[in-house]
Amino acid sequence: MAQVKISVSNLNLHYGDFHALKNVNLEVEENQVTALIGPSGCGKSTFLRTLNRMNDLIEGVKVDGEILLDGQNIYRQEEDVVSLRKRIGMVFQRPNPFPMSVYDNIAYGPRIHGTKNKRKLDEIVEKSLRAAVLWDEVQDRLYKSALGLSGGQQQRVCIARLLAVEPEVLLMDEPTSALDPLATMKIEELIQVLKKDYTIIIVTHNMQQAARVSGVTAFFLNGDLIEYGVTESIFTKPTDKRTEDYITGRFG
Amino acid sequence: MNSRLADRIATFIFWTGALLVITVLGAMIVYILYHGGKYISWDFLTKPPQVVRAGGGIGPQIFNSFYLLFLSMVFTVPVGLLGGVYLAEYARNNKLTEAIRLSIETLNSLPSIVVGLFGLLVFVNMTGWGYTLISGALALAVINLPLMVRISEESIRGVPDSLREASLALGANHWQTIYRVVLPSAFPGLISGAIITSGRVFGEAAALLFTAGMSSPALDFSQWNIFHPASPLNPFRPAETLAVHIWKVNTEGLIPDLRRVADGSAAVLILVVLGFNLAARWLGRKIYRQMTAA
Repeated sequence: MAQVKISVSNLNLHYGDFHALKNVNLEVEENQVTALIGPSGCGKSTFLRTLNRMNDLIEGVKVDGEILLDGQNIYRQEEDVVSLRKRIGMVFQRPNPFPMSVYDNIAYGPRIHGTKNKRKLDEIVEKSLRAAVLWDEVQDRLYKSALGLSGGQQQRVCIARLLAVEPEVLLMDEPTSALDPLATMKIEELIQVLKKDYTIIIVTHNMQQAARVSGVTAFFLNGDLIEYGVTESIFTKPTDKRTEDYITGRFG
Repeated sequence: MNSRLADRIATFIFWTGALLVITVLGAMIVYILYHGGKYISWDFLTKPPQVVRAGGGIGPQIFNSFYLLFLSMVFTVPVGLLGGVYLAEYARNNKLTEAIRLSIETLNSLPSIVVGLFGLLVFVNMTGWGYTLISGALALAVINLPLMVRISEESIRGVPDSLREASLALGANHWQTIYRVVLPSAFPGLISGAIITSGRVFGEAAALLFTAGMSSPALDFSQWNIFHPASPLNPFRPAETLAVHIWKVNTEGLIPDLRRVADGSAAVLILVVLGFNLAARWLGRKIYRQMTAA
């Protein structure tokens, strides 16, 4: 059993009167890909956003329970959200590169965190783009707008932008849902490469994708974590009837 | 058949409305340019005006208009931008925000002559500056601020939330996100907005009659000491702008070629305002394209 990176206990999230996450308990292993699956509105994306406290930005959200990152509660009073988000990065559903050059997109994180040296930035940009398997495709157009790239390339710019701040955990919120199959395949291959160095949690609508990329799968339904375990056994011999119904396509 | 007819009638009405607007604007531009265009010459644009004799130009007035515009933008743009950022990024839905919005709306609907009289009381008399460029610039800033705030707020709100999230998720704080992502993304809109408000300022007369004054000292364009009373750049001198000049010549002009000066000035004024609006569209589009396309 690998080391536990994130440990969630008794997590509840209320959005106004709506109880969006109900007493979720879960442990995320280090250097593992954990997939969160479930029908729309089941709370999987909401759960993902509690992990880097992106829900803080939404008015009316109340979180209680504990989320330990390397043993420390990220919801404690004195937690510095900014440095937390540096450690736990996020890739969104739709590629959202800044309307700037590819270079400036990647250099954005290091710059706001204080790296000014041009040579150092060049180094980070190249390293991050290589890590996101994008360098060969964009090295000739580093100084042109990132918005001129294809959707799949844009998503990889976003991943590279994230890698540039050297996070420990990558949260991916349906990162391929806006992409075509070929671009999706590239992102999935990239996830396989990245898991050597990062702990990855990916929300996906697509069960084949969960089966392909993840080692551990968690199934959410109506805010409850129904079942959680090694991907293979979740997909071949689920213990809960509802999990079975979902993965065999009876609903959702 | 019935609904098709209704659709046709609606279409016709909308077309008529749009055509009416274009016709009125077009007719005015043609009229003014037809009457004034023939008087525009290099001499007319550069020479100082005459008091009783014919043959005067509008050189100092053109300079005053542009310089006053520049001075007023120095006040309007930063304050308007800050207000827009506040309303778009920080303001919550509460009484304070409501009060601010109400103030902006009210300020926006004040007749400019009222702003002019307010300027006379505050920027001219209370400060003890007298009729000066700076008083005029402040009065114009009061007129323009509501529009600038609104345009800033709209441009900033137009920036997709996904960009804000991306920035915050990288560990940027709110201010870094605004400064490095939101404002640059809103830049094309901000630029067009600033230029369009410029056009409005350029044609303003009523607010300036009692603030920047209706006379200009003899200007010495080789005097670059901005504290010298004859220096064109001295912000503490009175200055008559083009729009005020048109009004003055028409109402109390003593020159024999009054029609020539008034019509020529009007033509110059409308050309400049037209230029501002075209420049705003062109520049906004150009910057937008540079930011988005390959």
